[in-house]
Amino acid sequence: MNPSITSLLQQAVPLQAYLLLSAVLFTLGVIGFLVKRNLITVFMSIELMLNAVNLSFVTFAHQWHAVKGQIFVFFVMMVAAAEAAVGLAIIIAVFRARATLAVDRIDLMKL
Amino acid sequence: MNPVPDIFRILPEVILTLTGVVVMLADASLAPGCARRPLGWVAAFGTIFALWASLWQLSLPVGTGFYGTVETSPFTVFFHVLICGIVLVALLLSLDTLPENSHHQGEYYALIVFGAVGMCLLTGAVELLLVFIALEISSIATYVLAGYRKESGRGPEAAIKYFLLGSFATAFLLYGIALIFGATGTTEIYEIARLVPVEQHQTLVLASLALMLVGILFKVSAAPFHVWTLDVYEGAPSPVVALMSTAPKAAAFALLLRVVYEMFPTLRSTWAPLLWVVAVLSMTVGNLAALRQENVKRMLAYSSIAHAGYLLAAFAGLGSIGIAAASFYTAAYAAMNVGIFAVITVAGGYDEERRTIQDFRGLIHRSPVLGGLLIFFLISLIGIPFTGGFFGKFYSFTSAVEGGAVWLAIIGLLNSGLAAAYYLRLALAATQRGEEEKAKPRPQAGIAVGAALMLAVAATLVLGIVPSDVLHAASAGAHVLAAPPAQPQILGKITPPPAR
Repeated sequence: MNPSITSLLQQAVPLQAYLLLSAVLFTLGVIGFLVKRNLITVFMSIELMLNAVNLSFVTFAHQWHAVKGQIFVFFVMMVAAAEAAVGLAIIIAVFRARATLAVDRIDLMKL
Repeated sequence: MNPVPDIFRILPEVILTLTGVVVMLADASLAPGCARRPLGWVAAFGTIFALWASLWQLSLPVGTGFYGTVETSPFTVFFHVLICGIVLVALLLSLDTLPENSHHQGEYYALIVFGAVGMCLLTGAVELLLVFIALEISSIATYVLAGYRKESGRGPEAAIKYFLLGSFATAFLLYGIALIFGATGTTEIYEIARLVPVEQHQTLVLASLALMLVGILFKVSAAPFHVWTLDVYEGAPSPVVALMSTAPKAAAFALLLRVVYEMFPTLRSTWAPLLWVVAVLSMTVGNLAALRQENVKRMLAYSSIAHAGYLLAAFAGLGSIGIAAASFYTAAYAAMNVGIFAVITVAGGYDEERRTIQDFRGLIHRSPVLGGLLIFFLISLIGIPFTGGFFGKFYSFTSAVEGGAVWLAIIGLLNSGLAAAYYLRLALAATQRGEEEKAKPRPQAGIAVGAALMLAVAATLVLGIVPSDVLHAASAGAHVLAAPPAQPQILGKITPPPAR
């Protein structure tokens, strides 16, 4: 990006704003995980949480001028992709066995 | 510089990875109708080789490799040997109990070995990036294994519950890592330990500690983060439960030890009370709920939660005493829990024809060996002398008392008494004579299962009769971990100070 635009962006949006956004997104992910009733949506909430963490990593990497944070983000994305592959496969297995994706109806085993 | 080649620092992991790849590729290239059982033997021999490599690592000087990301020390060797041992027993157990015609048997063995790679790596990681990756390697492999019986309905259900709650917990751990990175500008555990005491943003550090604890306590299934345990243990095949109730937990406890004793030793006044509460909750909730269970696997799931509580009691101990006690308890718990799940697998059948406590009536009359072993492992779980469970509890509670948490030890002792009630119920059921039992076939057991049971029995007995050697090994590891982080040069690490 053009250096002048970068500095302009930094003046307009302080780093705390990104961290706050990350915290809000993470919280939304937690809430979504707890209240949503469809397996796919629950899974999406987890992805939202991971991406909120990524935003934090990038912000901190910028603050510390440490490339480590950005590398971490790549690894998180890679692992999230692997997790999505396994997760969606498990969701398909659940759907084949039960013909539903509603969290409430996946209750063969009671607490 | 480091004179040891980096590859030696991860030799057991390399061997396990190669074994897993060989098993996976051989499975893919074998004809569809071909028997997959030899692949299980390949995996078992690879694991033995990795175990030997871990022991060989003791001859290396303590230090880190790969730019200060992986450590080899008596601590990592202790947990490597433990995890490889558990994996070996689980593989041997699966060899005889998986039905001949079950699908994807080769993948099953490969996944167990790949999971072991993650668990071993987790115990040696001293860089939070590697901690995260290792945790995910072990978790993703176990998510798939939990749903191995995918045709039954319970299998996928167990897998999805494990997957969702496991990923949820990982996200918390990851957020904790992000915050500690934000506070200190590094993700190396030794650097963080050095920087935390002089850090101005203590709020960030505390938030990070809290989030990481949530993530790790989920993985060790300590109350109040234990809800996933029951359904997952019930739905997963018994040999897999034998593995995942012990090996990933051992790895997660190693991580917890590293995080609290090595990364945040200065925040002891914060985490010690938190772990106190979690320990008491886990013991009490686990034991009270186990009393009402009729399903044997669910009962043992609650019992494993209670044991996580006894183990967490050791964290009240100061420095190396606490670490040694916790490491010892992990080993003792692993030996007896793998053993009892091995007995449940053989006696209950792979498809679990026998699930409830009543179904186990008269086991000792049908098969004296299996019944005797069941009672032996139950005695160890209760914590009666001459078994590993006794010394595990003894060291754990002693460590708590020495750390000043007398009440924690008292609550733990009361809980052990309470726990005896449901263990004895199963033991009594096994000795009673059932009327219709004669008709049911005797449980079959082959060489591999016999070897698995022998290993578990031997480990439990050794830990109970001559615990000093294992305790020595645990203490040697504990001293490395509890060493003051002020001199990172000892560990062969040269890192520039982070740019402020």
